Amino acid sequence: MNPLAPIGTAVFGLLAEIGRLAWFTRDALLQGLTPRIYFGQILRQLFRIGYSSLPVVGLTAFFTGGALALQIYLGSSRFNAESLVASIVALGITRELGPVLAGLMVAGRVGASIAAELGTMKVTEQIDALVTLSTNPFKYLVGPRLVAAVISLPLLVAVGDTIGIFGGYFVGTRSLDFNAYAYLKNTADFLKLDDVTSGLIKAAVFGFIIALMGCYHGFNSRGGAQGVGRATTNAVVSAAILILAANFLLTSLLFKVE
Amino acid sequence: MRAAPHILLKDVKKSFGPKQVLNGVDLAVPKGRSLVVIGGSGTGKSVLIKCILGLLRPDSGTIEVAGENAIGLKGDERERFLARFGMLFQGAALFDSLPVWENVAFGLIQGRRMERGRARDIAIAKLGQVGLAADVGRLYPAELSGGMQKRVGLARAIAADPEIIFFDEPTTGLDPIMADVINNLIVDCVKRLGATAVSITHDMASARKIADDIAMIHRGRIIWQGAARDVDRSGNDHVEQFIHGRAEGPIQMDVLKA
Repeated sequence: MNPLAPIGTAVFGLLAEIGRLAWFTRDALLQGLTPRIYFGQILRQLFRIGYSSLPVVGLTAFFTGGALALQIYLGSSRFNAESLVASIVALGITRELGPVLAGLMVAGRVGASIAAELGTMKVTEQIDALVTLSTNPFKYLVGPRLVAAVISLPLLVAVGDTIGIFGGYFVGTRSLDFNAYAYLKNTADFLKLDDVTSGLIKAAVFGFIIALMGCYHGFNSRGGAQGVGRATTNAVVSAAILILAANFLLTSLLFKVE
Repeated sequence: MRAAPHILLKDVKKSFGPKQVLNGVDLAVPKGRSLVVIGGSGTGKSVLIKCILGLLRPDSGTIEVAGENAIGLKGDERERFLARFGMLFQGAALFDSLPVWENVAFGLIQGRRMERGRARDIAIAKLGQVGLAADVGRLYPAELSGGMQKRVGLARAIAADPEIIFFDEPTTGLDPIMADVINNLIVDCVKRLGATAVSITHDMASARKIADDIAMIHRGRIIWQGAARDVDRSGNDHVEQFIHGRAEGPIQMDVLKA
């Protein structure tokens, strides 16, 4: 057997997967986001993706803000720059950690749930049943999840940013003896609108990635329970990798180094 | 002169990779008749139905329903085409997230945009036709037995009074008594609607009960078609072996060769 054959097979397999994903994305945009719009489904998904993710995103942001405050304090105290703690916590949370951690947490919680639900619908022929009932699955299942995720993630990140900064404030004022007023003033003075909006733009992109990966892997699951399990894992892993890759790309685009 | 067939397939071929599943299917179903397609597992029965419904696209051949081409339909044209059909899936394929009445009314509400109250009344009436009480409508599919799920699936298939109904293995997984109940319901519903019915099964008791005509599919071809009353004197070795469930015969030899 040719020793290069497995490499060739893997490369062709990867290219075929990229092609299938591109085709699915095209269908998701052209069919899923054009009328008929299922507003009831969008509301239901907003609740599931957005509201139900609030606790996990909030807790993650709070502890990350607190840990960030501690680390920056310890680092900056080496060169007497402790006063930077409040501003760097705010910057780190709003620009990077808020959207990325919220994206990864929601990918684990919601991406897996979407893939498992749609995967089960696929293997039990419920998606075929939708078609026979004159309902386009892209409009009924994919479109509402994409819309809800793109709306929910920026809202979740906005809440997460606030809680994350509060986490830093909590640790700063309780453990590091910062003055409460000075901490908040430092944060407010240093933070710019662009810092927040850049994080929200990232969050919207991450929301699209999470819903797309969940739907794609769910729609393409095969072979019963094992197939659904594989689809769920693939949805979370692919969404996490794409979120981190997209974060790098968006950071490069939004914050050009002069 | 015989009337034009309601469903007509000519030389339909479908393969998945190297596996040729349908290998030139020719089939004609007259209007108002009940045709049962029998055949072993993996002979292409489900693929045949999915090709007629447009869930799968055949590689070649023609499919006509009421004289109109049924291949490659899109958008509104496809929705209008699918509105002709009702389908009972093998595992019922009920939507887990919806109560029973909404499952039955789904095609009316989403497909035909009927007002919910009116659709609910029709759903309850259809549940009554398959022997289920109105209060079953409030339950969720997971709360029903296999036989009840099949009945709900049947109610959903006939909810919009379709002109053509497909039954995919309607008695699989049911005990003989419940299987006979489902068979009686199928016969009753099809007669009441005056619909054309195509069923696929390997259950000969079911086939004898619900069929006006029987066709046998083997290796992706229709190898025999005739009136149900003639199936015991088909003169075809494959049919003989299948209807008597014999281990010896041409079909097993084919399997062993494969």
